[in-house]
Amino acid sequence: MQGTPTETATRHLAETSRWKPLEFAFWLVAFGAIWLLPSHHLILNEIIITALFAMSLDLILGYAGIASLGHAAFFGFGAYFAGIFAIRVIGDPLTGLVLATLASGALGFITSFLVLRGVDLARLMVTLGVALVLGEIANKMTWLTGGADGLQGVVMGPVLGLFEFDLYGRTAYVYSLVVTFLLFLIARRIVVSPFGLSLRTIRDNPLRARAIGIPVNRRLIAVYTLAAAYAGAAGALLAQTTQFVSLDVIALHRSADVLLMLVIGGTGYLYGGFAGAIVFKVLQDVISNWTPQYWTFWIGLILVILVLIGRERMNHQVAVLWARLRGKPEPRPRTIVGGH
Amino acid sequence: MAGRPHGARSLYFPGGSRVLTILFDGIAYGMVLFVLACGLSITLGLMNFVNLAHGVFAMVGGYVTAILMNRLGVPFLATLPFAFLVPAALGLVMERTLYQRLYNRNHLDQVLFTIGLVFMAIAAVDYVMGSQPQLIQLPSWLRGRVDVFGVQVGLYRSFIIVVCGFLVVGLQFVLAKTRFGAQLRAAVDDARVARGLGINTSLVFAATFAAGSGLAGLGGALGAEILGLDPTFPLKFLIYFMIVVTVGGTSSLTGPFYASLLLGIADVAGKYYVPSLGAFVIYTVMIVVLVFRPQGLFVKAR
Amino acid sequence: MSAALETVGLQKRFGGIVATDDVSFRLEPGARHALIGPNGAGKTTFVNLLTGVLQPSAGTIRLHGEDISAMAPERRVKRGLVRTFQINQLFAGMTPLETLGVAVSERMGHGYEFWRPAGSKSVVIDEIVEIATRFKLADVLEERTASLPYGKQRLLEIALAFACQPRVLLLDEPAAGVPEAERHDLLATVAALPRDVSVLLIEHDMDLVFSFAERISVLVNGALFTEGTVSEIANDPRVRAVYLGESLDG
Repeated sequence: MQGTPTETATRHLAETSRWKPLEFAFWLVAFGAIWLLPSHHLILNEIIITALFAMSLDLILGYAGIASLGHAAFFGFGAYFAGIFAIRVIGDPLTGLVLATLASGALGFITSFLVLRGVDLARLMVTLGVALVLGEIANKMTWLTGGADGLQGVVMGPVLGLFEFDLYGRTAYVYSLVVTFLLFLIARRIVVSPFGLSLRTIRDNPLRARAIGIPVNRRLIAVYTLAAAYAGAAGALLAQTTQFVSLDVIALHRSADVLLMLVIGGTGYLYGGFAGAIVFKVLQDVISNWTPQYWTFWIGLILVILVLIGRERMNHQVAVLWARLRGKPEPRPRTIVGGH
Repeated sequence: MAGRPHGARSLYFPGGSRVLTILFDGIAYGMVLFVLACGLSITLGLMNFVNLAHGVFAMVGGYVTAILMNRLGVPFLATLPFAFLVPAALGLVMERTLYQRLYNRNHLDQVLFTIGLVFMAIAAVDYVMGSQPQLIQLPSWLRGRVDVFGVQVGLYRSFIIVVCGFLVVGLQFVLAKTRFGAQLRAAVDDARVARGLGINTSLVFAATFAAGSGLAGLGGALGAEILGLDPTFPLKFLIYFMIVVTVGGTSSLTGPFYASLLLGIADVAGKYYVPSLGAFVIYTVMIVVLVFRPQGLFVKAR
Repeated sequence: MSAALETVGLQKRFGGIVATDDVSFRLEPGARHALIGPNGAGKTTFVNLLTGVLQPSAGTIRLHGEDISAMAPERRVKRGLVRTFQINQLFAGMTPLETLGVAVSERMGHGYEFWRPAGSKSVVIDEIVEIATRFKLADVLEERTASLPYGKQRLLEIALAFACQPRVLLLDEPAAGVPEAERHDLLATVAALPRDVSVLLIEHDMDLVFSFAERISVLVNGALFTEGTVSEIANDPRVRAVYLGESLDG
């Protein structure tokens, strides 16, 4: 390393916010798929929505250290909101999307106070409880949600008044991809900002974060609200592009699946959700073709093995590989830091 | 609910004794929940381990009874020891080979791992036994209801209350009076200090885990008639177990016991009086308790 | 002139146990003050009360004359009351650069800026580099904290408190686990702080206390046992008895 310490430090901080070649490549492929994979738009649409959902979980789990077993609460809320809004008010997708996102954010803001109170296990149970309560409400308010039959009769207008949703999912994929990309850009800026860094201190050590003057609770409320809004946007996209909402959007397995995807893809770098969603959907596709009924067995096995090998260690292996690919010195293995 | 047509139900619940019948059924339900969940409460308190796969052991117990009865013709009562022993042995093996590696991991890892086990178990049981519910044909002397001073009392529910009552008293005795119970309590209080006192905590952990799994299995067998038994059992009742543990706290068995009774009565009464609310009430109660008394409702604040 | 930090009748009960017993204590502006006491004397509880990790059962805490008894921990930090920890409390997944950067940005009020990349302000960078140089961390700024050797982690622990620009600094056994040779370096860095920073050193190592402090308070069983200059305390037979009775292990 050359240059004064100040130059080196500036360079290093700037490097975390600079785009890497692989990132450009990823988005190029994602947008290229609009023309290159026309017959797969339906599944691609599903993947990109799931990835956005997983990214929203990464914001709280990977960056702020809040584990949630009920993140589908916001996904489901956004989906029902967008679906009901289209039926009862207006079928314009963007209006519905923006309002569903804001409403989910508001729900996240309110429930964040519940989540803040507890620690660890209590927190997991509260997030789970919130999702269960919302699921039960959706189940029982049949007149509004359609209950167990699902919300029928969602009819969407064209996006921007121009692009009708088609049977092949082309408009759906482009719409979901553009929305996800914009939300990703915002998230990517946030995580490298001073605000984003302060979240990481909370994730690593809330006690010390407080002791250096970071208002921990307020930051957690802020990021929880943001993540809820993102999840709501993902839910709204699903409702609008599939024009159907069922209780499945808020079910426990959806919360568990998204957690699994994020864990497979790795937490704390935003792309984990994308990688996880792709791997998960492809696996689901392959295994379902092979043993349609029992695919949860293999998902369970993957989880068990993943934990036994150690997520940390695997992430480290990936980091080593990544560094090698980029011709950088290998990161040293982690040693224990006192505290916690 | 006002204006609710009575119809067939009022045959079972005649007159003003309906409340007592619901209370009775609720207590039986709560007792089963306690036997199902007490093992989870102890392992959580003892090892700070979140075992979301606890219901798997309960399911195994239920299936052991179902298989023994329906395929081999073993009488109901004779299957119960196996419903305890098979899950206990399974628990012991899993504790020694898998669970003990995860005691020092964070709760998220434990949650992921045990949810993975639940998924695997559900699919595996579905594969072997099929997805249909298992029916357990109770012996004739346990079927039907009798009239006790105008209150309709189910025979099987009475049986459950008696058996679970003995189990509760027995557990309390083991914990309070035996050497193992003393070691267990010491380890729950502070595992490090207990180790310093020469207690083999690893052995205590394993034995407790096995016993807890066995009790869950017994609960699964006893409760199969009331709760239903199919491959999704571990997931369906997970939330009930967690409510018992979070509301009851993990520092003693009395907390989970009261929590189980409360949950059982609330659930039975809720389903009867306000079926339109569904499980909404118990979930909401759980959140409120978690938010205001994160250490549990029946635990003295430290 | 009001004290830099002052407690009046400070008390903390845990159930029936009194952990802090009616402590009235004054830290003068610019002081180099040490707080000593045998194991279990309640030093850590006292620090936790001062910094707001625990709420007092009774009594008041004043920082430069302002009552901060009910103030949230992070707001006390913003007012200049900063502590270090006896056991390192660091951010394992972050680099020292990021760690110090967060503290400096937060202090300058940039904590809610979510649209500007961290490190785009040269004032912040300059200060990070200055602190890192002072604590011999400049060469490891870009390494993960978790992979730093213990000595460097310890330096980062102290440097992090400096990055918060304390007016009152509470050092909880700063030399714990630091090799003999490096201890005095560490203390010299602390001693070099400008005189408008008041320092309270909580320490076990008597050599260190005697070489650093100008005044010493002794805490026994949660209560203030005695207070005086270094020589007064060093020659106080009662203090000696308290320590010898406890076996001097620090």
